[in-house]
Amino acid sequence: MLSEKLIDDKRRSAEALLGALPLPEAEASWAREARARARTRLLEAGAPIRRDEYWKYTDPSALTVPSAPMATAEDAPEAEVAFAGIDARMARFVNGQLRLDLCDALQQPGLEVAPLAEALARDITPLRDLFGMLEAAGQEKVARPLASLNTAAATEGLALHATGTVAVPLHMVHQQFGEGAALTHHVVRVESSAALTVLESGTPGNSVLEVDVAPGGAFHHVRLQHEPERPTATHVFVRIGEGGTFRTFTLTSDGDLTRNEVVMEFVGDDATGHIAGAVLGRATSHADNTVFVTHGAERCESRQVFKTVLDGEAKGIFQGKIFVRPGAQKTDGYQISQSVLLADGAEFSAKPELEIYADDVKCSHGSTTGALDETALFYLMARGITRRDAEALLIGSFVEEAIAEIDDEALQETMRGEIACWMAGRE
Amino acid sequence: MLKIENLHVKLEEEDKQILKGLNLTVQAGKVHAIMGPNGSGKSTLSYVLAGRDGYEVTEGSAHLEDDDLLEMEPNERAAAGLFLAFQYPVEIPGVNNMTFLRTAMNAQRKARGEAEISAPDFLKLVREKAKTLNIDADMLKRAVNVGFSGGEKKRNEVLQMAVLAPKMCIMDETDSGLDVDAMKLVAEGVNALRDAGRSFLVITHYQRLLDHITPDVVHIMSDGRIVETGGPELALRVEREGYGDLTRAA
Repeated sequence: MLSEKLIDDKRRSAEALLGALPLPEAEASWAREARARARTRLLEAGAPIRRDEYWKYTDPSALTVPSAPMATAEDAPEAEVAFAGIDARMARFVNGQLRLDLCDALQQPGLEVAPLAEALARDITPLRDLFGMLEAAGQEKVARPLASLNTAAATEGLALHATGTVAVPLHMVHQQFGEGAALTHHVVRVESSAALTVLESGTPGNSVLEVDVAPGGAFHHVRLQHEPERPTATHVFVRIGEGGTFRTFTLTSDGDLTRNEVVMEFVGDDATGHIAGAVLGRATSHADNTVFVTHGAERCESRQVFKTVLDGEAKGIFQGKIFVRPGAQKTDGYQISQSVLLADGAEFSAKPELEIYADDVKCSHGSTTGALDETALFYLMARGITRRDAEALLIGSFVEEAIAEIDDEALQETMRGEIACWMAGRE
Repeated sequence: MLKIENLHVKLEEEDKQILKGLNLTVQAGKVHAIMGPNGSGKSTLSYVLAGRDGYEVTEGSAHLEDDDLLEMEPNERAAAGLFLAFQYPVEIPGVNNMTFLRTAMNAQRKARGEAEISAPDFLKLVREKAKTLNIDADMLKRAVNVGFSGGEKKRNEVLQMAVLAPKMCIMDETDSGLDVDAMKLVAEGVNALRDAGRSFLVITHYQRLLDHITPDVVHIMSDGRIVETGGPELALRVEREGYGDLTRAA
C-alpha cells in the first residue's frame, strides 16, 4: 500500500499534468462529459509512479513531466516513410497535430474518416458511445492514468468508422520536432462483416486507440516504433463482439522509454484476438509491453506472442495477464514471452499472470530468457557463416513466431526488413 | 593437406588435459581413419580443428596447407576448406535448410573473394547432390535438422559437404546412430566425393564404417595421442582383438 503522502503526491502530479494542457473547447455535451469523467479517473488514480505495482519495471517519471502541447511545426520535413512498398493512405500527425494538408485522401469506400475534434463537436454515432468508454472499461482492474489524461485532454486524432471491407490500409505517421506534449486519441468502430487495417509509424507521444469490433468485424493493427526519440506511452483498448477478429503487432526498435499497453476484452462468443510484438533493444533503450486480456464470453481465443532481443544495457519488460470471467467457458488463452540477451548488461523482466473464474478453460503461458545457443552458433560458423551473420540468422528465426502473427505477407516482409536493418546496425 | 604437430589441448573450464602431443599428417587425396576407445580424445580433436570454444591449445600447431588453423575463426577455417561433419548435427529451428546452405556457400565464396552463386545454379547444384543422397525436397525445405531422424541428420551433413566441396573433411563418428542402409548411403556419398584434391579424416569407434569407406591409413588414438599407425588391416585387428593390447602398448 502506498502511504497517504504518496497518494497525495500522485494526485498533485496528476493535477499538474492536466494543468499544463488547455481545456478542450467547443465540444458537444457528451464529449465534455466524457472528458470530465476521464479527469475524475485521472485524479482518483493519480499520476503513475515507480512505486505502483503496475510500473514496477518501468519508471514513468519521463512520462509524467507536465508539458504544454507542442507548437505547430512551420514545415514538416519529408520523413523517411515506413512501410515503403505497402499501398496505404497516409494520415500525418506533425507535433501531435493532424495535418490534413499533408494527408492522402483518407475517405474510401467502406470507411468514414473524421478528425477527432470534428467528431467531438458533433453528435456522430456510434463514436459518441465509444470515446473514453473503452478506455474507462479497460481500467476495471488496473488504473491506467496516462490513458485517462489522454482522454481528458487530447484534441487530435481520427474517428474511423468502417462499414465494409476497406481495401487500402490507413497509415498514421507520427512526427515530432521540438519539445512539449503530443497527445493523440483515435476511436475506431468496425461494423459487422467490415474489415480495416491501420498501420502506425513514428513516435506518437501519448496515444490512445479505442477500437470497437462489432460481431463478425475484423481489425488489423500493425505498428512500427523505429527508434522513438521521445518517451512514448501508447494504449490500445479493444472490445470484440461475437465472431470478431482483432490482431495487433508492434515492432519496437530502441528508444529511451516506450510503454505499450494493450487492453482487450471479448464481449461476444467465438471471437479471436491476437496481440504480438517484437522488441529489439540496444544501448540503454527501454521497452515495456503490458497486456491485459479479459475473456468475458465463451469459446474465444486469445494469443499473446512477444519476442525480445536485447543488446548492450537495454531493458525489456513484458507484463501479460489473462483474466477469465465467470461463465467464459471454453476459453483458449495462450501467452508466450521470450527474450534473447546478447550482452551481459541486458535485462529482461517478465510477469505473466492468469486469473480464472471459469472451470472449463485452457490457458497457458510461458516465458524464457537466455543467450543465443552457442552450439547452434558454432554449427553455423563451422559452415563458413560469420558470427554476426550466424547471430542474425538465429535472431531472425527467434523473432519469426511473433512476425507470423501478422496476417499479411507483405507486412511480414516489412518487419523482417526492419529486423535485418537493426541487426546490420549492431556494432 | 593437414599437418598437426605436438598438439596439446586442455578443457578451458576444468584443468583437464585431453590431447597430449598429437602428431598427424594427412596427404592430399588420402582417407585417414582415427579409431580409439571412448575418452581417447577423438571428438576433442575434431572440435579443436574446427574451432569450437571451450578448448585451450597449450602447445603445438595445426595447419591446413599453409593456413594456421589455430589462429582462425571457425568460419574462416570453413572458407579455407575445412569441413567438420558433426557427430550430433545441431537442430536450428526457424532457419530453413536451403537458406542455411546458400548463406553458408555465399559466405565462403565471399571470404575467398568469389562472386555469389546465382539462385538457379545453386538450386541445380543442391538438387543434384540431394538426389544421390536420397534427400527429398521436403527435407530441404524444413528447418535445419529439426525433426530429422538420425539417418537424415547424417545425410544432411554429407549433403552440406557435397555442396560446399571442402578440401579437408573431418567426419566425427558419422556412423553413430545409423542403421546399415543409412550407413551405406552415407558411405556412398562420401566415396563419391573422394578425389585427388580432397582428404578425409574419418573418426570412428567401430570398424564397420570402414567396410564401406576404405581408408588409406588407419591410426589408433589413445589418451590424447596417436599410438599406432598402419593400413586398413589395423582396423580389422581392432575389430578382432579390441583396443586392449594396442592402447596398452602406449
